[in-house]
Amino acid sequence: MKKIGKFLRGAYLGIVLFFMYMPILIMMTMAFTDSKSASRWNGFSLGAFRELFEDSDVKDALIVTVIVAVVSAICSTVIGTATAIGLHSMKKRSRSVVETITQIPMTNPDLVTGISMMLLFSTIGISQQHGILRLIIAHITFNLPYVIFSVMPKLRQSSDMLYEAAMDLGCRPIQALWKVVIPDIMPGIVSGALLAFTLSLDDFVISYFTGGSANNLSMLIYSRTKRGVGTEFCALSLIMFAVVGILLLVINLRSIKQEKEAAAQNKKVMRKS
Amino acid sequence: MKRTRIAYPYIFVWMPIFIVAPLIFVAYYTFFDKGHFTTEYITQVFSERTYLPTFWNSLWIALVTTAVCLLIGYPVSYLLANMKKNTAALVSMLFILPMWMNMLLRTLAWRILLNDGGIIATVLSWIGLGNVQLLYTPGAVVVATIYDFLPFMILPIYTVLSKLDKSQIEAARDLGANSVQTFMKVVLPLSMPGVISGITMVFVPAMSTFAVSGILGGKSVLMLGQIIEEKFKRGTFGIGSTLSLVLLILVLISMAIMRRVDKDNAAEGGTLW
Repeated sequence: MKKIGKFLRGAYLGIVLFFMYMPILIMMTMAFTDSKSASRWNGFSLGAFRELFEDSDVKDALIVTVIVAVVSAICSTVIGTATAIGLHSMKKRSRSVVETITQIPMTNPDLVTGISMMLLFSTIGISQQHGILRLIIAHITFNLPYVIFSVMPKLRQSSDMLYEAAMDLGCRPIQALWKVVIPDIMPGIVSGALLAFTLSLDDFVISYFTGGSANNLSMLIYSRTKRGVGTEFCALSLIMFAVVGILLLVINLRSIKQEKEAAAQNKKVMRKS
Repeated sequence: MKRTRIAYPYIFVWMPIFIVAPLIFVAYYTFFDKGHFTTEYITQVFSERTYLPTFWNSLWIALVTTAVCLLIGYPVSYLLANMKKNTAALVSMLFILPMWMNMLLRTLAWRILLNDGGIIATVLSWIGLGNVQLLYTPGAVVVATIYDFLPFMILPIYTVLSKLDKSQIEAARDLGANSVQTFMKVVLPLSMPGVISGITMVFVPAMSTFAVSGILGGKSVLMLGQIIEEKFKRGTFGIGSTLSLVLLILVLISMAIMRRVDKDNAAEGGTLW
């Protein structure tokens, strides 16, 4: 009886995993078919990869995607961390007002965020030619809440006394922040930055409405889907899947390591007391 | 006290300009046409025959998607949460990994599967079902939307379930509840916060998607997101803004309902003690 239960549970998870991976796997297999269209298997070839690497549109879109992701991740991490530290020492009422407004880009449908920013840009006169600037501003805006809300919990965990102790020992406020507070909340800052980077890489809807002249990878994919699925996208999906997989593995290994360190530290503290 | 100041650039510059102002522009374009107040767009949205069916289309596709994701995802999260810690970490990563894969590419994968002469069509004709039109049907849109958003349902529920205090379950069992009772009266109510955030994480993007229906539904399945996209790409801001404002209000109403449910549950949990 127990064995049947175990089998059924495994089978259920297996079926759901099959549903989740079958389409991606078939798509990635089609990267190696010897044909322009991805709907039929025509024998092995690496043509799709060659085509992908020689495609100048893809190259341009990749450059835009990476620039936007790096710049917006850095900016949103800096602004977000500063904001979180400032917010942390604010009075409760004004803090909760700011927090509520900050949540808007997270809860709003992406579509509404995208078009509302497009309306803003066209009204204040950041024109379509400045596509990259528009993309960077839009991405910083939707990344900021994620950075702020991954730094805030770390601030709550750390003690305010540290900052005051640093000041008592002769630090100027900026020194105290830089040398004591920031290192203490570093794990939150790093995970916020990584989250911002991945969200920016992956974004389609907001970029689609704000991008203008600049195309990121998602926008390029969308504009080409009208012609059917070319094999170059299968090759692209294989590469992106590998990149994302490695990135996630790194993040997870980091958090496992942190947990172990924290556990070790707890043990030490327990022993001392 | 001085630390609050480093949050000022965000609070007084970034937040008002890039979060609050864009939403005001959406409202402005809804009610003003070239500087004059108008209710024309609102009446147009609610009176014209084309818009109402799309509202229903989007609403039922989003509701079906959310319900199916919950039905598939809850058991998955439950099984994951009850695994041994190390296996759970690995297997849950398998379930969450697709979440980080570009959504357009994942949608394109379904296009390969559902194409005429694609794998599913071939299998169906082997079984003897003949030629079935799969692409450009509501079914295709629903299946792909479920596929795209399932990880967003699994992750929050799994997070809550894995942090559940096991002693409460043991207490219920000690007090004579059978496994069904324990689940209904202890596990399910305690996991409600995860269920709520899973539902919002699936419902909001499903309600406003335009890429999935654009790629797989063609013109046969018109959703709200597609119409909004079309209006903005043609430069008719007025009607587009009105439609997105209505979308936003629909989303806010459904989220308020969800919060209400959550609160009622919390109150019920309170009376338990």
